[in-house]
Amino acid sequence: MPVTTLLDREIHVDDEGFLTVYDEWDEALGAELAKQIGIEMTDEHWSLIRFLREDFKEKGETATTRRVQAAGGVPAKRQFELFPKKPAKKMAYIAGLPKPHGCV
Amino acid sequence: MRRLLVLGAGTAGTMAVNKLRPRLPESEWDITIVEQSDTHYYQPGYLLMPFGTYQPKQLVKPTARFIPKGVNLVKGEIDVVKPDENTVTLADGTRLEYDYLVIATGTTPRPDQTPGMAEEEWHRSVHEFYTYEGSKALTEKLKTWPGGRLVVHITEMPVKCPVAPLEFTFLADSFFKKKGIRDKVEITYVTPLPGAFTKPVSAKALGGMLDARSITLEPDFMIESVDNEKKAIVSYDEREIPFDLLVTIPLNMGADYVAKSGLGDELNFVPVNKETFLSKAHDNIFAVGDASDIPASKAGSVAHFAMDLFPDNFVRYVEGKEMTEKFDGHANCFIESGGGKGMLIDFNYETEPLTGKFPFAVVGPMPLLKESRLNHLGKLAFRWIYWNILLRGRYLPIPSHMSMKGKVPAKDA
Ligand SMILES: Cc1cc2nc3c(=O)[nH]c(=O)nc-3n(C[C@H](O)[C@H](O)[C@H](O)COP(=O)(O)OP(=O)(O)OC[C@H]3O[C@@H](n4cnc5c(N)ncnc54)[C@H](O)[C@@H]3O)c2cc1C
Repeated sequence: MPVTTLLDREIHVDDEGFLTVYDEWDEALGAELAKQIGIEMTDEHWSLIRFLREDFKEKGETATTRRVQAAGGVPAKRQFELFPKKPAKKMAYIAGLPKPHGCV
Repeated sequence: MRRLLVLGAGTAGTMAVNKLRPRLPESEWDITIVEQSDTHYYQPGYLLMPFGTYQPKQLVKPTARFIPKGVNLVKGEIDVVKPDENTVTLADGTRLEYDYLVIATGTTPRPDQTPGMAEEEWHRSVHEFYTYEGSKALTEKLKTWPGGRLVVHITEMPVKCPVAPLEFTFLADSFFKKKGIRDKVEITYVTPLPGAFTKPVSAKALGGMLDARSITLEPDFMIESVDNEKKAIVSYDEREIPFDLLVTIPLNMGADYVAKSGLGDELNFVPVNKETFLSKAHDNIFAVGDASDIPASKAGSVAHFAMDLFPDNFVRYVEGKEMTEKFDGHANCFIESGGGKGMLIDFNYETEPLTGKFPFAVVGPMPLLKESRLNHLGKLAFRWIYWNILLRGRYLPIPSHMSMKGKVPAKDA
């Protein structure tokens, strides 16, 4: 499994750069990951990232756009505005979680 | 008497009771299955009916014919499960009690979940082929459609039989060629996925097949609504795709009673252990077939492979023993590619679809991930196999766990 260095820390990631170890993440790292993909983080962005982190802890799976809408209360439309083009993937990337599946 | 209650007599529920009845002595076990429909539908036929391959009556048989002796078939619509009381209530008020519950109520298309989808244009220029009624309406439509912009569209994953939308597209291409109007038809394939299919290797192969047929691929498209006035589908990121004929796969959801009973996720699928199908929330509830949330294809073949091990596991479980058989997510499907040819793909939770040959004991090896006439015939033969062997829980010589025999790992293909 590839290891990369971010903020002087060694971080485990998959082939596409998604973090693979839940506890290697903190918000400083999230901010760095957001910068990499060109997202400027506001409080609204962070509240979504925190929802994803909590939800993953409970369910063991990354929330999809639909789940973020149903359980997180943020309409899909808004998710696309905050994280353009591929919100589910971008949110997972910044939150240090695996890419959401649900696509078999 | 111990009571086993099965909800839904579709593919999975019917196979389950056929396999469980001989394993559970009638003196000790009462088995009941609840189903709302008098008719069992052969759903894979919905794909081929619009192109004239099947007549509607070839796809229906009475539900009761496939329920074995010694199993009570109760007709009714399930209204709610009360897992804390171990009861199920039907819409007509009937109350059924159980010791063990097997949920097998599948998934259905829900056009009502996308704004504008099931409105003025529904069954006019907006169609679907995931239901018997929908497929029949589309059959009529295609008989007289003069051509124009055909948009084939998937709302959201997962959908049952995830290759069916692509197959529909290939078959439409071949149908219009035969009719001599292919030059009047522009075909666009619109998907929420980043490519033509969910598994990268087949996405590549199948994407190439779209190109070869001059079909435009529009990936990463998350639909927000159908605009009935403009006749266009609109995505959350404000792309608009105009159509003269939209064939959409609406959002696929589990039954509403699952949500009402607090047993489902956002799409009403029941969270289960993906190797044993035991509910994560209740130790006397299982969910099999399309109704569960396992990360495998929602397909009859998956239900079939799962039913090779579920019955023995169930018997062990109710005896207080460990469930030793673990499901690996094995799926295979015939893919119609048009022009009387088909492909076969084979994969599981971990392995990408393989090329090579599938060691099919009855008709000989079938080429994998390659188009051939034999694969097309395999698909047609499947209807007979379905009615006569699969549903009745008879032995079919295909191993439930995936084997690598005759197959070439994707990276070497
Ligand atoms: C167009 C199309 C093409 C397909 N092609 C293929 C293919 O080529 N190969 C393949 O392997 N699979 C294919 N499939 C998928 C296959 O048909 C399904 O995966 C399979 O039928 C799933 O079985 P199931 O028992 O889980 O659900 P189903 O067979 O759908 O059965 C569910 C049953 O539950 C009943 N039910 C639901 N809710 C209630 C309620 N509230 N009360 C009472 N009863 C209820 C329904 O009436 C139904 O009989 C295709 C499906 C479609 C739509």
